[in-house]
Amino acid sequence: MKREVVLSRRQMLAGVALSGAALGLAGCDRLSNTPASLSILDAAEGLTRRVQRALLAPRDALAPEYAAADISTTFKPNGSTDPDDPDYVKARDEHFANWKLDIGGLIDKPMQLSLADLRNLPARTQITRHDCVEGWSCIGKWKGAPLGPILSTAGLKPSARYIAFYCADTLEQTLDGTGQYYETIDLVDAFHPQTILAYDMNDEPLSVPHGAPLRLRVERQLGYKMAKYVMRIEAIESYSKMGRGSGGFWEDRGYEWYAGI
Amino acid sequence: MSSDTPAIVSVKAGRRVILRHSVLVRVTHWINALCFFILLMSGLQIFNAHPALYWGNKSSFSDPFLALTAQRKSDGSLEGVTTIFGKSFATTGVLGASLDENNQLAARGFPLWITIPSYQDLATGRRWHFFFAWLLALNGVLYVANLLAGRHLRDFLPSGPELRSIPASIWAHARLRFPKGDEALHYNVLQKLAYLSVIVALPILVLAGLTMSPAIDATFPWLVTLFGGRQSARAIHFILAFSLVGFVIVHVVMVLVSGVVNNMISMITGRYKIEEERHEA
Repeated sequence: MKREVVLSRRQMLAGVALSGAALGLAGCDRLSNTPASLSILDAAEGLTRRVQRALLAPRDALAPEYAAADISTTFKPNGSTDPDDPDYVKARDEHFANWKLDIGGLIDKPMQLSLADLRNLPARTQITRHDCVEGWSCIGKWKGAPLGPILSTAGLKPSARYIAFYCADTLEQTLDGTGQYYETIDLVDAFHPQTILAYDMNDEPLSVPHGAPLRLRVERQLGYKMAKYVMRIEAIESYSKMGRGSGGFWEDRGYEWYAGI
Repeated sequence: MSSDTPAIVSVKAGRRVILRHSVLVRVTHWINALCFFILLMSGLQIFNAHPALYWGNKSSFSDPFLALTAQRKSDGSLEGVTTIFGKSFATTGVLGASLDENNQLAARGFPLWITIPSYQDLATGRRWHFFFAWLLALNGVLYVANLLAGRHLRDFLPSGPELRSIPASIWAHARLRFPKGDEALHYNVLQKLAYLSVIVALPILVLAGLTMSPAIDATFPWLVTLFGGRQSARAIHFILAFSLVGFVIVHVVMVLVSGVVNNMISMITGRYKIEEERHEA
């Protein structure tokens, strides 16, 4: 008699465990599509950002830099690799001779910089690791103009809180134009010494797959923050009116705005 | 044997009931169990975004030491291939290629029944992973603080004689003979070693995960050195996760075969019934 009781209890436990697991799996998918539960999961992003930023004092802690021998023989280009947007194709065919970087928004002195202007600015060269959100890493040598001094010259207005990067490439065809690549970073990253507008990669002018003529390097974040094909830089107070309002192309598609991990 | 003797709750008809697990241990155990499954499954979702592992700092895309890939066979059908240290195996249906949410064979590292979300969605997988990573870490801090403050660590440290009794203990476990009477008041040597290895492995697993963060690497570059590179850290994160899967399988089997009701009740209420030695007449 006793044995029967134990067995049925056992079966009950197993049944509860199994149906719990099945419900759990279906539940995870359902929760993944519910804004309320997603916003609870999002709490982790804010926590990660605050803790990492608190731990990252001094704010200028540098990402590891590597030796020339460590440079990847194959550096995987991701996202857009050959934009077919007409303005970009025209500029590319002119070898970016007439291309100019627009700098505007909440700054005192809006300006336009040609590639020659950018190359005449003090440069920084760094061999760093590029970590893609997908999981892989490549090491490359980047040369470019540090962003901080450019912003200081342009003069940020007190209301400026973020720097936005408008890119030439449409990564996804959409009806409302939200498929255009863009990114935003905060001023901590914008003024970080390793944050540069790179025009050379591995001692060659930036190639089209890697974002010619100019790409952003933000070495303490994941690859998707490092906008390629940068056309315009704006100092802004909020990114809520850009794209779909989450601060970047991939952010609008569910990825974290803070991509430090 | 450890010097601590658990509190006896009651003795009835020669049966002792002891308080085996404190409320903190019980609560952190179940939170840990929940975190384990969600982190494993959302972790496999993340892994599926680039189902290959490398050693060192960078990904040499041509020679990962582990890769789950899909390739077209000559008849046009998809074949899942698992490659480990250059040796390839057809693993269609489970690894490399398996049925997607539309019941179509698709390129997927791990199959949809073991990932969160089931369908391919790296962004959402990351959200699940980091939320429960925080929960796991805070839960772990609570557990370890209690472990150290209450001097419970010695419950998991085997003595010299216990270490010499490992072969005998393995033999006893293999015959499904478990300690009874006074010996059941404490963990046996295999339990001690298994639980101790989890207590050691989990913090390393978390550190390896943190080493994948470019921001953490800027502040603590020694972490990258410690793990032998960012891709090594990713590989170690993966290998330790599967070591834990191995532990959980053995753990659940042992829970089932060594008195599932008593075991489950002890991890829910804390009360554990001691089987007394019986000498057959």
